[in-house]
Amino acid sequence: MSLDKRENSVGTVSAEKILIDKPLTLACGVVLPSHELMVETYGTLNADNSNAILICHALSGNHHAAGYYEDDEKPGWWDSYIGPGKPMDTNRFFIVSLTNIGSCFGSTGPTTINPQTGKIWGADFPALRARDWVESQKLLMEQLGIDCWAAVIGGSLGGMQAMRWALEYPDKLANSIVIASSMKLSAQNIAFNEIARRAIKSDPDFHDGHYLHKNTLPKHGLALARMIGHVTYLSDELMGQKFGRELRSGTFLQGEAAPIEFQIESYLNYQGDKFSSGFDANSYILITKMLDYFDLSREYQNNAVEAFNHANCDFLVVSFSSDWRFSPERSREITDALIGAGKNVSYAEIESDLGHDAFLLPNPRYEKVLGNYLSRVADKFEAESKGAAK
Amino acid sequence: MNQDISFINSWIKPDSRVLDLGCGDGSLLATLTQELNVSGYGLEIDPESISQCVAKGVNVIEQDLNNSLHNFPDNSFDTVVMTQALQAMRYPHLVLDEMLRIGSQCVITFPNFGHWRARAYLTLRGRMPVTKQLAYQWYDTPNIHFFTYSDFEALCRERNITVLRKKFIGEHFPDRQLKNLWPNLFADTAVYHLSK
Repeated sequence: MSLDKRENSVGTVSAEKILIDKPLTLACGVVLPSHELMVETYGTLNADNSNAILICHALSGNHHAAGYYEDDEKPGWWDSYIGPGKPMDTNRFFIVSLTNIGSCFGSTGPTTINPQTGKIWGADFPALRARDWVESQKLLMEQLGIDCWAAVIGGSLGGMQAMRWALEYPDKLANSIVIASSMKLSAQNIAFNEIARRAIKSDPDFHDGHYLHKNTLPKHGLALARMIGHVTYLSDELMGQKFGRELRSGTFLQGEAAPIEFQIESYLNYQGDKFSSGFDANSYILITKMLDYFDLSREYQNNAVEAFNHANCDFLVVSFSSDWRFSPERSREITDALIGAGKNVSYAEIESDLGHDAFLLPNPRYEKVLGNYLSRVADKFEAESKGAAK
Repeated sequence: MNQDISFINSWIKPDSRVLDLGCGDGSLLATLTQELNVSGYGLEIDPESISQCVAKGVNVIEQDLNNSLHNFPDNSFDTVVMTQALQAMRYPHLVLDEMLRIGSQCVITFPNFGHWRARAYLTLRGRMPVTKQLAYQWYDTPNIHFFTYSDFEALCRERNITVLRKKFIGEHFPDRQLKNLWPNLFADTAVYHLSK
């Protein structure tokens, strides 16, 4: 790894485990008397606590969004966009990134101990909705002493949280930035998620989700689930460019019997195996269901304009041309509903052949739109801070 | 082509909803928002212009006007504005219909191809005019439908469009003096306020 890459980042970071010692009533009715959240922050909170950004992660994300861990070559998952001089500029913003409950990176979830039973939650962890993540994030916000987010930002499932924030706590955020997201999943999207869940549940090591009690892991099932997901996050063009029909081993020559492996097979298997050794199968099931259940306007007579009438913040909506899992049409629906509700909104459809994953990867135009938008947000609170100081 | 069309401020109601088709860098919307407190949105496809709008805090939506505008409901805006872009539309008459469907009123500006300078260029040089107003070669111009003031008047009559107001722009001699007398010859730009 090049040294200047690390220098151009927020540098070495570490996570903190924060105890939220207040009851959290989940949408399903279950009450968590307390819960723990793994949190990283970048930048400095200003004197009037007005420069905070909340990062909302997606299906497989976590609190490590930027910078490097000691002895780690790989930066956080959104490092291209968070850091000094980057769109989420840590010289101006105080950025809060957490692992949400139900995931598996140290925050309360299926792999942590249920204090009421003294046993690992496993498959018994309660069903979650995106709003539960928002409620938990709201408790974290209070604990950090932040009264209003300058922006809540997320891609995919993260964008769903950013929209939910705008409806649930209209006065607690100034901007909602919704990237490669949707107001609800399509039938095709739910179908892909169900195939992934079925793959996990079909693994003989799954044991109805109680695998940790049996000291096993449904690694094959989870790897398969991820392979399916991964294909849908990339575009046909990108896979063609990156792998084509290149062979990793074997040959098509007459008289050769050695088995043939395409590069894409090897790549997908590697991705699946890597993922299944770092992620929890119950979390995957829980969070894919959370995605399926999300429907922004269900409680607003299925009327998206009516839903957004409840928002008070400004919006930036971004989509990527080759994203077919959360296509530009879905972002257009969000934008049209926001215009219908008379909200301030800008929408950019970024040309990219990287599919859904584009929201995580470097792209000059995406950087510029996001950077210009956030720079204006920062100008505003910096002017207000100055005004207040006088 | 940054002409002063600040007089349209008096054509647009304060606090109303304005949609600007082909809003460029968002200057017009920024002014209208500042001076009339309109709730404005601009449609644009040029990435650089979109970034500039975002930097200005102008609501900008990436959308190609040549594709459908069906996502905007009937009468969802008070005024739909289009400056110097009608001649670049694939089907200008259909875009005009759409503008009057979406907005109760429209403001349109367009370059008058009947201006004497364009006529002289074509007549004397025998080449397609390249002027300050129309600063492109014929092969790379985005302006694919050249029309004159008189052509536009005829189109409005054909489609039963009501002309509420019109104004002509021509800064230089003799345009300034003659543009209102013979707009088809001396106005380099026409500005229309229309309703159904």
